[in-house]
Amino acid sequence: MKEPERITLDLVRAHGLTEEEYKKIKDMLGRDPNFTELGIFSVMWSEHCSYKSSKPLLRMFPTSGENILIKAGEENAGVVDIGEGLAVVMKMESHNHPSAVEPFQGAATGVGGIIRDIFTMGARPIALLDSLRFGHLGNGHNRYLFSGVVGGIAAYGNCMGIPTVGGEVYFDETYEGNPLVNVMCVGVARRDNLVKARAGGLGNPVLYVGADTGRDGLGGASFASRELTEESDKDRPAVQIGDPFKEKLLLEACLELLNTGVVVGMQDMGAAGLTSSTSETASRGNSGMRIDLSLVPRREEGMIPYELMLSESQERMLVIIKRGKERETRRVFDKWDLHAVPIGEVTDDGYLTVLDKDRRVAEIPVKFLTEDAPVYMREEREPEYLGKIKDVSISTIPEPQDYDDVLKILLASPTISSKRWVYEQYDYMIRTDTVLRPGGDAAVIRIKGTEKAIALTCDGNGRYCFLDPYEGGKIAVAEAARNVVCVGAKPLAITNCLNFGNPTKPYVFWQFRRCVEGIADACGILETPVSGGNVSFYNENPKGAIDPTPVVGMLGLIEKMDFLCTPWFKKEGDLIILLGECREEIGGSEYLQLIHGLKAGQIPRLDLERERAVQNTCLEVIRAHLVSSAHDCSEGGLAVTLAECCISNSGKERGAIIELEAFPEILSIRMDALLFGETQSRILISCHPRNFLQIQRVARRNKVPCARLGVVTGDRLTIRRIKKRVLDLSLKELGEKWRKGLSHGDD
Amino acid sequence: MQKLFQAKVYVSLKKGLADPQGSTIKEALESLGYRNLSEVRFGKYIEVKLRAKTKKGAEQKLKEMCGKLLVNPIIEEYSYHIEEEG
Amino acid sequence: MRFGVVVFPGSNCDYDCYYVVRDLLGEEVDFIWHKERRVEGFDCLILPGGFSYGDYLRTGAIARFSPIMRAVSGFAARGGLVIGICNGFQILLESNLLPGAMMKNKNLRFICRFVNIRVENNLTSFTNLCQIGQVLKVPIAHIDGSYYADHEIIGTLKENNQIIFRYCNEEGGLAQESNPNGSKDFIAGISNRQGNVLGLMPHPERASESILGSEDGRLIFESVVRAVKGRVK
Repeated sequence: MKEPERITLDLVRAHGLTEEEYKKIKDMLGRDPNFTELGIFSVMWSEHCSYKSSKPLLRMFPTSGENILIKAGEENAGVVDIGEGLAVVMKMESHNHPSAVEPFQGAATGVGGIIRDIFTMGARPIALLDSLRFGHLGNGHNRYLFSGVVGGIAAYGNCMGIPTVGGEVYFDETYEGNPLVNVMCVGVARRDNLVKARAGGLGNPVLYVGADTGRDGLGGASFASRELTEESDKDRPAVQIGDPFKEKLLLEACLELLNTGVVVGMQDMGAAGLTSSTSETASRGNSGMRIDLSLVPRREEGMIPYELMLSESQERMLVIIKRGKERETRRVFDKWDLHAVPIGEVTDDGYLTVLDKDRRVAEIPVKFLTEDAPVYMREEREPEYLGKIKDVSISTIPEPQDYDDVLKILLASPTISSKRWVYEQYDYMIRTDTVLRPGGDAAVIRIKGTEKAIALTCDGNGRYCFLDPYEGGKIAVAEAARNVVCVGAKPLAITNCLNFGNPTKPYVFWQFRRCVEGIADACGILETPVSGGNVSFYNENPKGAIDPTPVVGMLGLIEKMDFLCTPWFKKEGDLIILLGECREEIGGSEYLQLIHGLKAGQIPRLDLERERAVQNTCLEVIRAHLVSSAHDCSEGGLAVTLAECCISNSGKERGAIIELEAFPEILSIRMDALLFGETQSRILISCHPRNFLQIQRVARRNKVPCARLGVVTGDRLTIRRIKKRVLDLSLKELGEKWRKGLSHGDD
Repeated sequence: MQKLFQAKVYVSLKKGLADPQGSTIKEALESLGYRNLSEVRFGKYIEVKLRAKTKKGAEQKLKEMCGKLLVNPIIEEYSYHIEEEG
Repeated sequence: MRFGVVVFPGSNCDYDCYYVVRDLLGEEVDFIWHKERRVEGFDCLILPGGFSYGDYLRTGAIARFSPIMRAVSGFAARGGLVIGICNGFQILLESNLLPGAMMKNKNLRFICRFVNIRVENNLTSFTNLCQIGQVLKVPIAHIDGSYYADHEIIGTLKENNQIIFRYCNEEGGLAQESNPNGSKDFIAGISNRQGNVLGLMPHPERASESILGSEDGRLIFESVVRAVKGRVK
């Protein structure tokens, strides 16, 4: 690449900066920036790095609580206390645009990046989760994206030896051309071993560790901050190729080095590579940094300073160590066959000074790049579409003739069906701590050497948020919390990844605000503070913005292993009980979409106080060992939930007979709403008959409806009303539909 | 009259892309005592036998296959050698 | 007795094996870094699963040149017990300590799931606590696990009773549906002719506690302990 001679406004715009932003840069510096400096500003001030559109709203999130050790935004990932001197570090991040361009490498490098964020804090990564969304599988390109993304996650995560224990997969036409790939990584550290990503101590050496620098992903951070268009194919940066083997060496070497106590700070060279890692560590440490680019290991000839500063080559770390500890440091990296190259040192002048041998190629006060980045209150307007589609009267929707068929169609739909085809490509067992594997409400990972386990899940529903972003945001948190409660865990904290369209479109920004408000309110009442998160804007395809899709990653704690609970029915003769009530709510449901082709209506209302009461009831009866199973009632409603309880424990399926007259609501609700409506705050449990009274007592104390629906028995799922059959299917048939939804009949 | 052609396709990562397999193999070779290696690139080799009227036609078909399936143009490049089977 | 778990760059089941030996069996165990050139004081070496050298080029192809492998070969030649699990098995194949090779799974995808394997030979140091025909529930987790050997090698393996485990269904029957990766002759694990080197694709260390869904894998480690302790007496 050749350096342009002059900085023109066209060049500024090509960097994704506005004229006003460029003027601000000139005013701050008191001069014109050079080309390298323009590049540095453009990535640091990109949406991806600066959160310039989202920052003001993200302040609404509750971020403190008794378990929060490091608050959101203070470091690369939030830190949650789980007792006994242990801390959980977790974070979720998107890799949507790279995955749209090259699904395998895009997803793989997404996994690699989030893992580095966790281990640079001194935590051992112990679990990965993935929240994925694609267009419909009927389209060949979507199948290519889907299998490429799953393959990329598998290749990277499996090689790293970090189990991929959970996640979600949705298929909807809104993600056509703009798939969502959100990856969450969770690590555990001893509290006193946590490392901060900050540079301090005048004269401390700055080391470059890991892979060589190439032209990969040049300007990726600004790429991620633009819409994908037909043109994207041409102007996209070079695809980054993941090297999980190198990363595994980095992981082990860094954790080993951290144990020697020589590390001052560490940061991954992720988005905006050398630029963000140097300026962010210096900014957090209220120091400065001087680096010499001629010392940076490189893979390609003729790279200019601009390219070296902006490259997004993977598997690279910036490590700041104590002066005089170079020998110890080299010993560790030599053992792992990694090169640690000193490229500069910490200064106290507050500047990021970049040299190329003797030539000064950039000199910028670090705070200009970090704290002084522009912040915008974007214009917002309630979208017009809402007026048209919200009011769908249920009376205009015909009731199905055959409920057997409806259930079969729902179970076989890719969004609801078994995700075995996906998770069996992931090594979910490695580390021998996965006590509840993927496919349940939440994954459960035990912590060796303690009585404890943690529960992890991620949840989000774009259709709900499209129809009502505020309620949808609340539901994402509530459902995630309900999921960890169902496995016997107390919800502790969330992380999130907020996927939206172009924030300069007023309706997109309105959706964003309402979702954030919903998440904030739910987190407040459910007492699950936000420990960190990521925002991904500009998720658009030629038809417009994707449905607003906030994804919530939830951490729960199981203090004692024997609190663990699983979703499937277990014993013949157990009673089936519903905590919560059914309302006539079919708006936004899978049923309405799949059977009637409607993406419309009022989505279920969520009463947060009721939600909390249902969760408390469920946790109490699980921990008193009164129940045999617990399963959250969500997409597909009661009928799908029942079917999953019957068939999800492969090889040990259990049938059920349900008598609908047990519902007090039966007289006032249509059958399809009762069976397939997605009313919130409901959990289906099963228990030994002798425990029923006690469970009722706990529910009553919490003012939670508790109805006895039927009994676990036989090898069919039968739903009756006053002895008349409403739905009746063999478990074999249900299982076949459910298992075949995603596998293409080849397994 | 159709003739039988044998095509050999060599697929490698595009120049400039990181090649983790290649660099790992290079390091392994160096540790086995092979010095003076300037580069190792990892690739795939595919053999295709196809019928066509002319060599030109066979080449065209082969290029099509590469574009459609054999090569991922986003990360890979290829070269080929094609000749008539004797 | 003392186990040694060899750590290659990219090994990732090393700690899981270490944990089973130390915490569940209560035996002594050390990690052995691949750059070591000697193995002394060990009764059994475990080559753990993982992605040594990223599985680049071919699984196990680069790891076989690690300095430790010469020592492992010597140890095996002296009759020492060696277990290669998954990637460890692949390394043993590339090192010619066991015959055959690994190909991609028949569905070309990584497969992580519990499978059933049948004990074909219980007269080894690795299976002396099992019954012939006993079905063990043990997970697999690999993408290159389809065992291949030519007719001649398979014949020799059979002749010398070197096939130790075969993939099977729950009842112990051999059916193509229960051969998860398409291995030749349902082979899940084999030994060398002398019977002191075992390679298997399934992960016994992941099936050594009931909380993880099976304890069957423990029989393999416990058989080793029994064999070694019996020998000392």
